[in-house]
Amino acid sequence: MTDIAVRTFGLVKRFGDLAALDGVDLEVETGTVFGLLGPNGAGKTTAVRVLSTTLAPDAGKAEVLGIDVVENPAAVRARIGLAGQFAAVDPSLTGWENLAIIGKLSQLPRKVAGARADELLERFDLVDAAHRPVRTYSGGMRRRLDIGAALVRRPPVLFLDEPTTGLDLHSRNELWKMIRELVTQGSTLLLTTQYLEEADQLAQRVAVIDGGKVIANDSPGALKDKLGSTVIEISWDDVGVAESAERIVARAVGTPPEREGGLIRIKSHEGTHVLIGVLRELDAGGLEPDQLAVREPSLDDVFLALTGKHAEPVDEPADIPVGSRV
Amino acid sequence: MSLAWESATTPSEGHFLQRAKGAARDMLWVTQRNLIGLKRTPQLLVFATIQPVIFVLMFRYVFGGAINVPGIPYVDFLMPGIFVQTTVFGAMGAAIGLATDLKSGLLERFRSLPMARSAVLGGRTLADLARNSFVAALMAAVGFAVGFRIHTNALAFFAAMLLVLLFGYALCWVFAALGLAVGDPETAQAAAFPVMAPLVFASSAFVPVSSMPGWLQAFAEHQPVSVTASAVRALAIGGETATYVWQSVAWCLAIFVVSAFLAVRKYRQAA
Repeated sequence: MTDIAVRTFGLVKRFGDLAALDGVDLEVETGTVFGLLGPNGAGKTTAVRVLSTTLAPDAGKAEVLGIDVVENPAAVRARIGLAGQFAAVDPSLTGWENLAIIGKLSQLPRKVAGARADELLERFDLVDAAHRPVRTYSGGMRRRLDIGAALVRRPPVLFLDEPTTGLDLHSRNELWKMIRELVTQGSTLLLTTQYLEEADQLAQRVAVIDGGKVIANDSPGALKDKLGSTVIEISWDDVGVAESAERIVARAVGTPPEREGGLIRIKSHEGTHVLIGVLRELDAGGLEPDQLAVREPSLDDVFLALTGKHAEPVDEPADIPVGSRV
Repeated sequence: MSLAWESATTPSEGHFLQRAKGAARDMLWVTQRNLIGLKRTPQLLVFATIQPVIFVLMFRYVFGGAINVPGIPYVDFLMPGIFVQTTVFGAMGAAIGLATDLKSGLLERFRSLPMARSAVLGGRTLADLARNSFVAALMAAVGFAVGFRIHTNALAFFAAMLLVLLFGYALCWVFAALGLAVGDPETAQAAAFPVMAPLVFASSAFVPVSSMPGWLQAFAEHQPVSVTASAVRALAIGGETATYVWQSVAWCLAIFVVSAFLAVRKYRQAA
Protein backbone atom coordinates (compact mmCIF):
# COMPACT_ATOMS: atom_id res chain seq x y z
CA MET A 1 0.00 0.00 0.00
CA THR A 2 1.16 3.47 -0.84
CA ASP A 3 2.00 5.97 1.89
CA ILE A 4 -0.39 8.45 0.35
CA ALA A 5 -4.03 7.54 1.02
CA VAL A 6 -5.71 10.44 -0.76
CA ARG A 7 -4.27 12.44 -3.60
CA THR A 8 -5.66 15.07 -5.96
CA PHE A 9 -3.94 16.84 -8.82
CA GLY A 10 -5.29 19.98 -10.43
CA LEU A 11 -8.84 19.16 -9.41
CA VAL A 12 -11.41 21.46 -11.03
CA LYS A 13 -15.18 21.53 -10.53
CA ARG A 14 -17.36 24.30 -11.93
CA PHE A 15 -20.99 25.09 -11.16
CA GLY A 16 -21.90 27.42 -14.02
CA ASP A 17 -19.49 30.35 -13.84
CA LEU A 18 -18.39 29.52 -10.32
CA ALA A 19 -15.23 27.45 -9.94
CA ALA A 20 -15.92 25.58 -6.69
CA LEU A 21 -12.56 23.83 -7.10
CA ASP A 22 -9.98 25.69 -9.14
CA GLY A 23 -6.95 23.43 -9.43
CA VAL A 24 -6.67 21.72 -6.05
CA ASP A 25 -3.61 19.59 -5.23
CA LEU A 26 -3.71 17.63 -1.98
CA GLU A 27 -1.82 14.71 -0.51
CA VAL A 28 -2.98 12.95 2.65
CA GLU A 29 -0.58 10.52 4.24
CA THR A 30 -1.93 7.15 5.34
CA GLY A 31 -2.81 7.01 9.01
CA THR A 32 -3.05 10.76 9.53
CA VAL A 33 -5.75 13.39 9.97
CA PHE A 34 -5.78 16.01 7.27
CA GLY A 35 -7.74 19.22 7.89
CA LEU A 36 -9.30 21.17 5.06
CA LEU A 37 -9.89 24.61 6.55
CA GLY A 38 -11.93 27.32 4.90
CA PRO A 39 -15.01 29.54 5.13
CA ASN A 40 -18.45 28.68 3.74
CA GLY A 41 -18.31 28.30 -0.03
CA ALA A 42 -14.54 27.80 -0.15
CA GLY A 43 -14.90 24.43 -1.91
CA LYS A 44 -14.43 22.08 1.07
CA THR A 45 -17.65 20.15 0.56
CA THR A 46 -17.13 19.97 -3.20
CA ALA A 47 -13.70 18.42 -2.62
CA VAL A 48 -15.18 15.82 -0.25
CA ARG A 49 -17.97 15.01 -2.72
CA VAL A 50 -15.52 14.47 -5.57
CA LEU A 51 -13.34 12.25 -3.37
CA SER A 52 -16.34 10.23 -2.18
CA THR A 53 -17.48 9.70 -5.82
CA THR A 54 -20.82 11.49 -5.49
CA LEU A 55 -19.75 14.32 -7.79
CA ALA A 56 -17.65 14.04 -10.97
CA PRO A 57 -14.81 16.56 -11.39
CA ASP A 58 -14.54 18.65 -14.58
CA ALA A 59 -10.76 18.32 -14.76
CA GLY A 60 -7.84 16.91 -12.82
CA LYS A 61 -7.49 13.63 -11.01
CA ALA A 62 -8.43 12.32 -7.60
CA GLU A 63 -7.29 9.03 -6.12
CA VAL A 64 -8.18 7.18 -2.95
CA LEU A 65 -5.68 4.45 -2.00
CA GLY A 66 -4.30 4.74 -5.52
CA ILE A 67 -7.72 4.15 -7.15
CA ASP A 68 -9.07 6.80 -9.51
CA VAL A 69 -12.47 8.06 -8.33
CA VAL A 70 -13.75 8.60 -11.86
CA GLU A 71 -12.44 5.41 -13.46
CA ASN A 72 -13.38 3.02 -10.67
CA PRO A 73 -15.90 4.64 -8.33
CA ALA A 74 -17.27 1.29 -7.09
CA ALA A 75 -13.86 0.23 -5.79
CA VAL A 76 -13.44 3.61 -4.08
CA ARG A 77 -16.88 3.33 -2.45
CA ALA A 78 -15.92 -0.05 -1.02
CA ARG A 79 -12.99 1.60 0.79
CA ILE A 80 -14.39 4.85 2.18
CA GLY A 81 -16.78 6.12 4.81
CA LEU A 82 -18.54 9.46 4.42
CA ALA A 83 -20.26 11.63 6.98
CA GLY A 84 -21.60 14.65 5.13
CA GLN A 85 -22.35 18.11 6.40
CA PHE A 86 -25.83 17.19 7.62
CA ALA A 87 -26.53 14.14 9.74
CA ALA A 88 -27.74 11.85 6.96
CA VAL A 89 -29.74 9.39 9.01
CA ASP A 90 -33.35 8.30 8.55
CA PRO A 91 -35.49 9.87 11.30
CA SER A 92 -38.17 7.16 11.16
CA LEU A 93 -35.72 4.29 11.66
CA THR A 94 -34.16 3.52 15.03
CA GLY A 95 -30.47 4.06 15.58
CA TRP A 96 -29.87 0.33 15.26
CA GLU A 97 -31.91 0.07 12.05
CA ASN A 98 -30.04 3.00 10.52
CA LEU A 99 -26.66 1.37 11.12
CA ALA A 100 -27.87 -2.08 10.08
CA ILE A 101 -29.23 -0.92 6.74
CA ILE A 102 -26.03 0.97 5.94
CA GLY A 103 -24.16 -2.26 6.74
CA LYS A 104 -26.43 -4.35 4.53
CA LEU A 105 -26.20 -1.83 1.69
CA SER A 106 -22.43 -1.92 2.13
CA GLN A 107 -22.63 -5.64 1.26
CA LEU A 108 -21.99 -6.96 4.76
CA PRO A 109 -23.82 -10.20 5.51
CA ARG A 110 -27.00 -9.52 7.46
CA LYS A 111 -25.71 -10.92 10.75
CA VAL A 112 -22.43 -9.06 10.51
CA ALA A 113 -24.30 -5.82 9.79
CA GLY A 114 -26.42 -6.34 12.91
CA ALA A 115 -23.43 -7.14 15.08
CA ARG A 116 -21.60 -4.09 13.76
CA ALA A 117 -24.62 -1.91 14.57
CA ASP A 118 -24.57 -3.18 18.19
CA GLU A 119 -20.85 -2.55 18.44
CA LEU A 120 -21.04 1.01 17.08
CA LEU A 121 -24.01 1.97 19.26
CA GLU A 122 -22.02 0.82 22.27
CA ARG A 123 -18.96 2.72 21.19
CA PHE A 124 -20.84 5.93 20.42
CA ASP A 125 -22.72 5.79 23.71
CA LEU A 126 -26.13 5.29 22.09
CA VAL A 127 -27.08 1.91 23.59
CA ASP A 128 -29.97 3.37 25.62
CA ALA A 129 -31.43 5.01 22.52
CA ALA A 130 -30.63 2.12 20.16
CA HIS A 131 -34.24 1.09 19.60
CA ARG A 132 -35.82 4.52 19.56
CA PRO A 133 -36.60 6.28 16.27
CA VAL A 134 -33.90 8.78 15.42
CA ARG A 135 -36.48 11.59 15.29
CA THR A 136 -36.35 11.54 19.11
CA TYR A 137 -32.54 12.04 19.17
CA SER A 138 -30.78 15.30 20.02
CA GLY A 139 -28.53 16.96 17.47
CA GLY A 140 -25.42 15.57 19.14
CA MET A 141 -26.82 12.02 19.17
CA ARG A 142 -27.72 12.23 15.47
CA ARG A 143 -24.24 13.45 14.67
CA ARG A 144 -22.67 10.54 16.57
CA LEU A 145 -24.94 8.07 14.81
CA ASP A 146 -24.08 9.67 11.48
CA ILE A 147 -20.38 9.23 12.11
CA GLY A 148 -21.07 5.68 13.29
CA ALA A 149 -22.79 5.06 9.95
CA ALA A 150 -19.61 6.14 8.16
CA LEU A 151 -17.67 3.52 10.17
CA VAL A 152 -19.94 0.53 9.58
CA ARG A 153 -17.69 -0.92 6.91
CA ARG A 154 -14.54 -0.16 8.94
CA PRO A 155 -13.26 1.80 5.98
CA PRO A 156 -9.55 2.57 5.77
CA VAL A 157 -10.32 6.12 4.56
CA LEU A 158 -12.87 8.42 6.18
CA PHE A 159 -14.27 11.75 5.00
CA LEU A 160 -15.94 13.92 7.62
CA ASP A 161 -17.48 17.16 6.35
CA GLU A 162 -17.68 19.71 9.17
CA PRO A 163 -18.28 16.99 11.76
CA THR A 164 -18.71 19.31 14.74
CA THR A 165 -20.82 22.06 13.17
CA GLY A 166 -23.90 22.56 15.33
CA LEU A 167 -22.59 20.49 18.24
CA ASP A 168 -22.39 21.74 21.80
CA LEU A 169 -19.01 21.88 23.51
CA HIS A 170 -19.40 18.56 25.29
CA SER A 171 -20.44 16.62 22.18
CA ARG A 172 -17.66 18.29 20.23
CA ASN A 173 -15.03 17.18 22.73
CA GLU A 174 -16.41 13.64 22.70
CA LEU A 175 -16.22 13.57 18.94
CA TRP A 176 -12.66 14.87 18.96
CA LYS A 177 -11.74 12.04 21.30
CA MET A 178 -13.27 9.46 18.97
CA ILE A 179 -11.52 10.90 15.94
CA ARG A 180 -8.15 10.67 17.72
CA GLU A 181 -8.88 7.04 18.62
CA LEU A 182 -9.75 6.15 15.06
CA VAL A 183 -6.48 7.47 13.79
CA THR A 184 -4.42 5.60 16.36
CA GLN A 185 -6.07 2.47 14.93
CA GLY A 186 -4.72 3.22 11.49
CA SER A 187 -7.53 5.03 9.65
CA THR A 188 -6.81 7.93 7.36
CA LEU A 189 -9.12 10.84 7.88
CA LEU A 190 -9.87 13.93 5.86
CA LEU A 191 -12.01 16.41 7.71
CA THR A 192 -13.25 19.82 6.74
CA THR A 193 -13.76 22.57 9.25
CA GLN A 194 -14.31 26.29 9.62
CA TYR A 195 -12.47 26.34 12.92
CA LEU A 196 -8.74 26.77 13.21
CA GLU A 197 -8.87 25.34 16.71
CA GLU A 198 -10.42 22.10 15.44
CA ALA A 199 -7.79 21.68 12.74
CA ASP A 200 -5.11 22.45 15.32
CA GLN A 201 -6.51 19.91 17.78
CA LEU A 202 -6.90 17.04 15.34
CA ALA A 203 -4.92 17.40 12.15
CA GLN A 204 -1.29 16.64 11.44
CA ARG A 205 -1.53 18.77 8.35
CA VAL A 206 -3.87 21.58 7.32
CA ALA A 207 -4.68 22.97 3.89
CA VAL A 208 -6.39 26.35 3.90
CA ILE A 209 -8.77 26.64 0.99
CA ASP A 210 -10.39 29.79 -0.38
CA GLY A 211 -12.33 30.32 -3.62
CA GLY A 212 -11.52 26.76 -4.72
CA LYS A 213 -7.76 27.23 -4.33
CA VAL A 214 -5.36 25.95 -1.68
CA ILE A 215 -3.74 29.07 -0.23
CA ALA A 216 -1.67 27.37 2.47
CA ASN A 217 -0.66 23.79 3.23
CA ASP A 218 1.31 23.28 6.40
CA SER A 219 1.33 21.75 9.86
CA PRO A 220 -1.07 23.49 12.25
CA GLY A 221 1.89 24.50 14.42
CA ALA A 222 3.60 26.26 11.54
CA LEU A 223 0.34 27.99 10.61
CA LYS A 224 -0.16 29.21 14.15
CA ASP A 225 3.45 30.38 14.40
CA LYS A 226 2.77 32.73 11.56
CA LEU A 227 -0.26 34.07 13.40
CA GLY A 228 0.71 34.23 17.03
CA SER A 229 -1.16 32.07 19.45
CA THR A 230 -3.27 34.79 21.06
CA VAL A 231 -5.05 37.73 19.50
CA ILE A 232 -5.59 40.89 21.55
CA GLU A 233 -7.99 43.44 20.12
CA ILE A 234 -8.39 46.89 21.64
CA SER A 235 -10.53 49.55 20.09
CA TRP A 236 -11.66 53.12 20.42
CA ASP A 237 -14.76 54.68 18.96
CA ASP A 238 -12.61 57.69 18.02
CA VAL A 239 -10.14 56.80 15.25
CA GLY A 240 -7.89 59.74 16.22
CA VAL A 241 -7.39 58.30 19.69
CA ALA A 242 -6.64 54.89 18.18
CA GLU A 243 -3.92 56.47 16.05
CA SER A 244 -2.20 57.84 19.16
CA ALA A 245 -2.67 54.51 20.91
CA GLU A 246 -1.09 52.69 17.96
CA ARG A 247 2.22 54.46 18.64
CA ILE A 248 2.10 53.59 22.34
CA VAL A 249 1.27 49.92 21.54
CA ALA A 250 4.09 49.72 19.02
CA ARG A 251 6.50 50.95 21.68
CA ALA A 252 5.17 48.54 24.31
CA VAL A 253 5.16 45.46 22.03
CA GLY A 254 8.25 46.30 20.07
CA THR A 255 6.61 45.85 16.63
CA PRO A 256 3.88 47.91 14.98
CA PRO A 257 0.41 46.32 15.49
CA GLU A 258 -2.30 45.97 12.83
CA ARG A 259 -4.83 48.78 12.84
CA GLU A 260 -8.19 48.97 11.08
CA GLY A 261 -9.88 52.30 11.83
CA GLY A 262 -10.36 52.41 15.58
CA LEU A 263 -9.34 48.76 16.10
CA ILE A 264 -5.81 47.69 17.02
CA ARG A 265 -4.94 43.99 16.75
CA ILE A 266 -1.88 42.46 18.47
CA LYS A 267 -0.85 38.84 17.85
CA SER A 268 1.50 37.30 20.34
CA HIS A 269 2.81 34.05 21.72
CA GLU A 270 2.98 35.62 25.18
CA GLY A 271 -0.54 36.91 25.56
CA THR A 272 -0.59 37.67 29.29
CA HIS A 273 2.71 39.44 29.36
CA VAL A 274 1.97 41.55 26.30
CA LEU A 275 -1.53 42.46 27.47
CA ILE A 276 -0.31 43.69 30.85
CA GLY A 277 2.47 45.71 29.24
CA VAL A 278 0.17 47.29 26.67
CA LEU A 279 -2.51 48.20 29.21
CA ARG A 280 0.06 49.68 31.59
CA GLU A 281 1.49 51.91 28.85
CA LEU A 282 -1.95 52.94 27.62
CA ASP A 283 -3.05 53.76 31.15
CA ALA A 284 0.11 55.84 31.67
CA GLY A 285 -0.74 57.69 28.44
CA GLY A 286 -4.30 58.28 29.67
CA LEU A 287 -5.83 56.21 26.85
CA GLU A 288 -8.38 53.82 28.28
CA PRO A 289 -9.71 51.50 25.53
CA ASP A 290 -13.45 51.53 24.76
CA GLN A 291 -13.46 47.81 24.00
CA LEU A 292 -11.05 45.01 24.75
CA ALA A 293 -11.12 41.38 23.58
CA VAL A 294 -8.66 38.56 23.97
CA ARG A 295 -9.16 35.42 21.89
CA GLU A 296 -7.57 32.44 20.19
CA PRO A 297 -6.75 33.03 16.51
CA SER A 298 -9.72 32.27 14.28
CA LEU A 299 -10.11 31.28 10.67
CA ASP A 300 -10.53 34.98 9.99
CA ASP A 301 -7.08 35.69 11.45
CA VAL A 302 -5.62 32.97 9.23
CA PHE A 303 -7.21 34.64 6.24
CA LEU A 304 -6.06 38.06 7.23
CA ALA A 305 -2.52 36.76 7.62
CA LEU A 306 -2.53 34.75 4.38
CA THR A 307 -4.50 36.97 2.05
CA GLY A 308 -4.76 40.36 3.72
CA LYS A 309 -8.56 40.14 3.51
CA HIS A 310 -11.25 38.89 5.83
CA ALA A 311 -12.89 35.51 5.40
CA GLU A 312 -16.60 35.76 4.73
CA PRO A 313 -18.45 36.27 7.99
CA VAL A 314 -18.67 32.96 9.83
CA ASP A 315 -19.94 32.10 13.27
CA GLU A 316 -16.84 31.90 15.37
CA PRO A 317 -17.26 30.49 18.86
CA ALA A 318 -13.67 31.42 19.66
CA ASP A 319 -14.39 34.77 21.32
CA ILE A 320 -13.47 34.49 24.94
CA PRO A 321 -14.50 37.13 27.46
CA VAL A 322 -11.66 39.15 28.95
CA GLY A 323 -10.13 37.46 31.95
CA SER A 324 -11.17 33.90 31.23
CA ARG A 325 -8.06 32.97 29.34
CA VAL A 326 -5.10 34.92 28.03
CA MET B 1 -12.73 -2.13 17.59
CA SER B 2 -10.45 -3.01 14.77
CA LEU B 3 -10.58 -0.90 11.68
CA ALA B 4 -8.76 -3.38 9.51
CA TRP B 5 -9.72 -3.08 5.89
CA GLU B 6 -12.23 -5.69 4.82
CA SER B 7 -12.57 -6.76 1.25
CA ALA B 8 -15.96 -7.25 -0.32
CA THR B 9 -17.41 -7.54 -3.77
CA THR B 10 -19.75 -4.75 -4.67
CA PRO B 11 -22.80 -5.25 -6.90
CA SER B 12 -20.91 -3.52 -9.69
CA GLU B 13 -18.23 -6.21 -9.70
CA GLY B 14 -18.42 -9.86 -10.63
CA HIS B 15 -20.59 -12.00 -12.87
CA PHE B 16 -23.83 -10.67 -14.37
CA LEU B 17 -26.03 -13.02 -12.32
CA GLN B 18 -24.17 -12.14 -9.12
CA ARG B 19 -24.62 -8.47 -9.94
CA ALA B 20 -28.34 -8.89 -10.55
CA LYS B 21 -28.70 -10.79 -7.28
CA GLY B 22 -26.80 -8.11 -5.38
CA ALA B 23 -28.89 -5.36 -6.96
CA ALA B 24 -32.14 -7.16 -6.08
CA ARG B 25 -30.96 -7.60 -2.50
CA ASP B 26 -30.06 -3.89 -2.20
CA MET B 27 -33.44 -2.94 -3.64
CA LEU B 28 -35.25 -5.07 -1.05
CA TRP B 29 -33.29 -3.46 1.80
CA VAL B 30 -34.28 -0.02 0.53
CA THR B 31 -37.89 -1.18 0.14
CA GLN B 32 -37.91 -2.46 3.70
CA ARG B 33 -36.48 0.83 4.95
CA ASN B 34 -39.20 2.82 3.16
CA LEU B 35 -41.97 0.56 4.46
CA ILE B 36 -40.74 0.92 8.04
CA GLY B 37 -40.72 4.69 7.50
CA LEU B 38 -44.31 4.54 6.23
CA LYS B 39 -45.43 2.46 9.20
CA ARG B 40 -43.84 4.91 11.66
CA THR B 41 -45.18 8.06 10.03
CA PRO B 42 -48.86 7.94 10.97
CA GLN B 43 -49.78 11.03 8.95
CA LEU B 44 -48.64 9.24 5.77
CA LEU B 45 -50.76 6.18 6.55
CA VAL B 46 -53.74 8.34 7.46
CA PHE B 47 -53.33 10.25 4.22
CA ALA B 48 -53.14 6.97 2.33
CA THR B 49 -56.20 5.35 3.95
CA ILE B 50 -58.59 7.86 5.57
CA GLN B 51 -58.53 10.31 2.69
CA PRO B 52 -59.75 7.81 0.04
CA VAL B 53 -62.41 6.51 2.44
CA ILE B 54 -63.69 10.08 2.83
CA PHE B 55 -63.79 10.38 -0.98
CA VAL B 56 -65.88 7.22 -1.20
CA LEU B 57 -68.34 8.38 1.46
CA MET B 58 -68.53 11.89 0.02
CA PHE B 59 -69.18 10.83 -3.57
CA ARG B 60 -71.36 7.89 -2.61
CA TYR B 61 -73.66 9.73 -0.21
CA VAL B 62 -73.20 13.50 -0.78
CA PHE B 63 -72.59 14.14 -4.49
CA GLY B 64 -73.73 10.78 -5.82
CA GLY B 65 -77.42 11.60 -5.66
CA ALA B 66 -76.92 14.50 -8.08
CA ILE B 67 -74.80 12.52 -10.55
CA ASN B 68 -76.73 10.54 -13.11
CA VAL B 69 -75.01 7.61 -14.81
CA PRO B 70 -77.26 5.87 -17.31
CA GLY B 71 -77.68 2.13 -16.94
CA ILE B 72 -75.83 1.33 -13.69
CA PRO B 73 -76.00 2.32 -9.99
CA TYR B 74 -73.63 5.27 -9.30
CA VAL B 75 -71.65 3.29 -6.72
CA ASP B 76 -70.65 0.76 -9.41
CA PHE B 77 -69.51 3.63 -11.63
CA LEU B 78 -67.74 5.38 -8.75
CA MET B 79 -65.60 2.64 -7.22
CA PRO B 80 -63.38 1.93 -10.26
CA GLY B 81 -62.75 5.70 -10.43
CA ILE B 82 -61.89 5.72 -6.71
CA PHE B 83 -59.39 2.86 -7.17
CA VAL B 84 -57.56 4.84 -9.84
CA GLN B 85 -57.79 8.18 -7.99
CA THR B 86 -56.34 6.58 -4.85
CA THR B 87 -53.23 5.36 -6.66
CA VAL B 88 -52.73 8.78 -8.25
CA PHE B 89 -52.86 10.51 -4.86
CA GLY B 90 -50.72 7.76 -3.31
CA ALA B 91 -48.00 8.15 -5.94
CA MET B 92 -47.29 11.58 -4.50
CA GLY B 93 -45.56 9.76 -1.64
CA ALA B 94 -42.67 8.97 -3.99
CA ALA B 95 -42.14 12.68 -4.66
CA ILE B 96 -42.25 13.65 -0.98
CA GLY B 97 -40.12 10.68 0.14
CA LEU B 98 -37.35 11.19 -2.40
CA ALA B 99 -37.30 14.97 -1.92
CA THR B 100 -36.95 14.38 1.84
CA ASP B 101 -34.08 11.93 1.33
CA LEU B 102 -32.37 14.30 -1.07
CA LYS B 103 -32.65 17.23 1.30
CA SER B 104 -31.51 15.28 4.36
CA GLY B 105 -28.36 14.03 2.64
CA LEU B 106 -29.43 10.38 2.73
CA LEU B 107 -29.25 10.06 -1.05
CA GLU B 108 -25.72 11.44 -0.93
CA ARG B 109 -24.82 8.79 1.63
CA PHE B 110 -26.42 6.01 -0.44
CA ARG B 111 -24.46 7.20 -3.44
CA SER B 112 -21.21 6.87 -1.49
CA LEU B 113 -21.96 3.25 -0.51
CA PRO B 114 -20.81 0.21 -2.49
CA MET B 115 -24.42 -0.62 -3.40
CA ALA B 116 -26.32 -1.00 -6.67
CA ARG B 117 -27.13 2.40 -8.19
CA SER B 118 -30.61 1.21 -9.15
CA ALA B 119 -31.62 0.24 -5.61
CA VAL B 120 -32.73 3.63 -4.31
CA LEU B 121 -35.34 4.36 -6.98
CA GLY B 122 -36.24 0.70 -7.40
CA GLY B 123 -36.73 0.27 -3.65
CA ARG B 124 -38.72 3.47 -3.33
CA THR B 125 -41.19 2.54 -6.08
CA LEU B 126 -41.43 -1.05 -4.86
CA ALA B 127 -42.37 0.20 -1.38
CA ASP B 128 -45.01 2.42 -2.98
CA LEU B 129 -46.33 -0.58 -4.91
CA ALA B 130 -46.64 -2.52 -1.64
CA ARG B 131 -48.48 0.37 -0.02
CA ASN B 132 -50.76 0.73 -3.07
CA SER B 133 -51.62 -2.98 -2.89
CA PHE B 134 -52.64 -2.60 0.73
CA VAL B 135 -54.66 0.54 0.04
CA ALA B 136 -56.33 -1.01 -3.03
CA ALA B 137 -57.44 -4.03 -0.98
CA LEU B 138 -58.75 -1.70 1.71
CA MET B 139 -60.66 0.38 -0.85
CA ALA B 140 -62.18 -2.74 -2.38
CA ALA B 141 -63.44 -3.73 1.08
CA VAL B 142 -64.83 -0.23 1.68
CA GLY B 143 -66.45 -0.36 -1.77
CA PHE B 144 -68.23 -3.64 -1.06
CA ALA B 145 -69.37 -2.23 2.28
CA VAL B 146 -71.08 0.75 0.62
CA GLY B 147 -72.83 -1.38 -2.00
CA PHE B 148 -70.34 -1.83 -4.86
CA ARG B 149 -70.89 -5.11 -6.76
CA ILE B 150 -68.86 -6.86 -9.44
CA HIS B 151 -71.01 -7.63 -12.48
CA THR B 152 -68.44 -9.82 -14.21
CA ASN B 153 -66.37 -12.35 -12.28
CA ALA B 154 -63.66 -12.49 -9.63
CA LEU B 155 -60.88 -13.13 -12.15
CA ALA B 156 -61.81 -10.07 -14.21
CA PHE B 157 -61.94 -7.97 -11.04
CA PHE B 158 -58.52 -9.26 -10.01
CA ALA B 159 -57.18 -8.26 -13.43
CA ALA B 160 -58.75 -4.83 -12.92
CA MET B 161 -56.92 -4.39 -9.62
CA LEU B 162 -53.64 -5.47 -11.23
CA LEU B 163 -54.16 -2.80 -13.86
CA VAL B 164 -54.75 -0.23 -11.10
CA LEU B 165 -51.47 -1.27 -9.44
CA LEU B 166 -49.59 -1.13 -12.75
CA PHE B 167 -50.94 2.38 -13.32
CA GLY B 168 -49.96 3.40 -9.78
CA TYR B 169 -46.46 2.00 -10.27
CA ALA B 170 -45.93 3.93 -13.51
CA LEU B 171 -47.13 7.13 -11.82
CA CYS B 172 -44.69 6.64 -8.93
CA TRP B 173 -41.89 7.20 -11.44
CA VAL B 174 -43.47 10.49 -12.54
CA PHE B 175 -43.52 11.67 -8.97
CA ALA B 176 -40.05 10.23 -8.27
CA ALA B 177 -38.70 12.41 -11.09
CA LEU B 178 -40.65 15.37 -9.76
CA GLY B 179 -39.42 14.90 -6.18
CA LEU B 180 -35.78 14.68 -7.31
CA ALA B 181 -36.22 17.72 -9.55
CA VAL B 182 -37.59 20.00 -6.80
CA GLY B 183 -35.48 18.52 -3.98
CA ASP B 184 -37.63 19.74 -1.09
CA PRO B 185 -40.64 17.93 0.44
CA GLU B 186 -42.89 20.99 0.83
CA THR B 187 -42.21 22.12 -2.74
CA ALA B 188 -42.72 18.55 -3.94
CA GLN B 189 -46.16 18.48 -2.36
CA ALA B 190 -47.04 21.87 -3.81
CA ALA B 191 -45.73 20.90 -7.25
CA ALA B 192 -47.49 17.53 -7.26
CA PHE B 193 -51.00 18.92 -6.80
CA PRO B 194 -51.26 20.82 -10.11
CA VAL B 195 -50.10 17.63 -11.86
CA MET B 196 -52.67 15.47 -10.09
CA ALA B 197 -55.75 17.69 -9.93
CA PRO B 198 -56.53 17.97 -13.67
CA LEU B 199 -55.74 14.28 -14.18
CA VAL B 200 -58.06 13.15 -11.39
CA PHE B 201 -60.92 15.65 -11.67
CA ALA B 202 -61.02 16.32 -15.42
CA SER B 203 -61.54 12.61 -15.94
CA SER B 204 -64.22 9.97 -15.92
CA ALA B 205 -63.16 8.91 -12.39
CA PHE B 206 -66.20 10.48 -10.66
CA VAL B 207 -68.57 11.66 -13.39
CA PRO B 208 -69.27 10.59 -16.98
CA VAL B 209 -67.21 12.60 -19.46
CA SER B 210 -70.39 13.29 -21.46
CA SER B 211 -71.48 15.72 -18.72
CA MET B 212 -68.45 17.99 -19.40
CA PRO B 213 -68.26 20.85 -21.94
CA GLY B 214 -67.12 19.77 -25.41
CA TRP B 215 -63.63 21.34 -25.28
CA LEU B 216 -62.87 19.47 -22.06
CA GLN B 217 -64.30 16.17 -23.30
CA ALA B 218 -61.51 15.77 -25.85
CA PHE B 219 -58.92 15.84 -23.06
CA ALA B 220 -60.99 14.00 -20.46
CA GLU B 221 -61.87 11.19 -22.81
CA HIS B 222 -58.30 10.15 -23.67
CA GLN B 223 -56.13 11.06 -20.70
CA PRO B 224 -54.63 8.14 -18.74
CA VAL B 225 -56.80 8.37 -15.59
CA SER B 226 -60.02 8.21 -17.65
CA VAL B 227 -58.76 5.43 -19.89
CA THR B 228 -57.65 3.38 -16.88
CA ALA B 229 -60.89 4.06 -14.98
CA SER B 230 -62.85 2.95 -18.06
CA ALA B 231 -60.72 -0.19 -18.37
CA VAL B 232 -61.27 -1.04 -14.70
CA ARG B 233 -65.01 -0.40 -15.12
CA ALA B 234 -65.16 -2.64 -18.17
CA LEU B 235 -63.38 -5.42 -16.31
CA ALA B 236 -65.51 -5.07 -13.16
CA ILE B 237 -68.97 -4.34 -14.54
CA GLY B 238 -68.71 -5.48 -18.13
CA GLY B 239 -68.78 -3.88 -21.56
CA GLU B 240 -66.17 -3.20 -24.20
CA THR B 241 -62.96 -4.39 -22.47
CA ALA B 242 -60.08 -4.90 -24.88
CA THR B 243 -59.78 -1.35 -26.27
CA TYR B 244 -59.67 0.38 -22.90
CA VAL B 245 -57.37 -2.21 -21.32
CA TRP B 246 -54.82 -2.00 -24.13
CA GLN B 247 -55.01 1.78 -24.19
CA SER B 248 -54.45 1.85 -20.45
CA VAL B 249 -51.50 -0.58 -20.60
CA ALA B 250 -50.01 1.52 -23.40
CA TRP B 251 -50.36 4.65 -21.26
CA CYS B 252 -48.72 2.86 -18.30
CA LEU B 253 -45.75 1.74 -20.39
CA ALA B 254 -45.32 5.14 -22.02
CA ILE B 255 -45.52 6.94 -18.65
CA PHE B 256 -43.10 4.45 -17.09
CA VAL B 257 -40.49 4.63 -19.85
CA VAL B 258 -40.44 8.44 -20.08
CA SER B 259 -40.58 9.17 -16.35
CA ALA B 260 -38.15 6.40 -15.33
CA PHE B 261 -35.66 7.82 -17.84
CA LEU B 262 -36.10 11.30 -16.34
CA ALA B 263 -35.98 10.05 -12.74
CA VAL B 264 -32.80 8.03 -13.30
CA ARG B 265 -31.17 11.01 -15.00
CA LYS B 266 -32.16 13.28 -12.10
CA TYR B 267 -30.88 10.72 -9.59
CA ARG B 268 -27.49 10.61 -11.28
CA GLN B 269 -27.22 14.40 -11.17
CA ALA B 270 -28.76 14.82 -7.73
CA ALA B 271 -27.25 14.92 -4.26
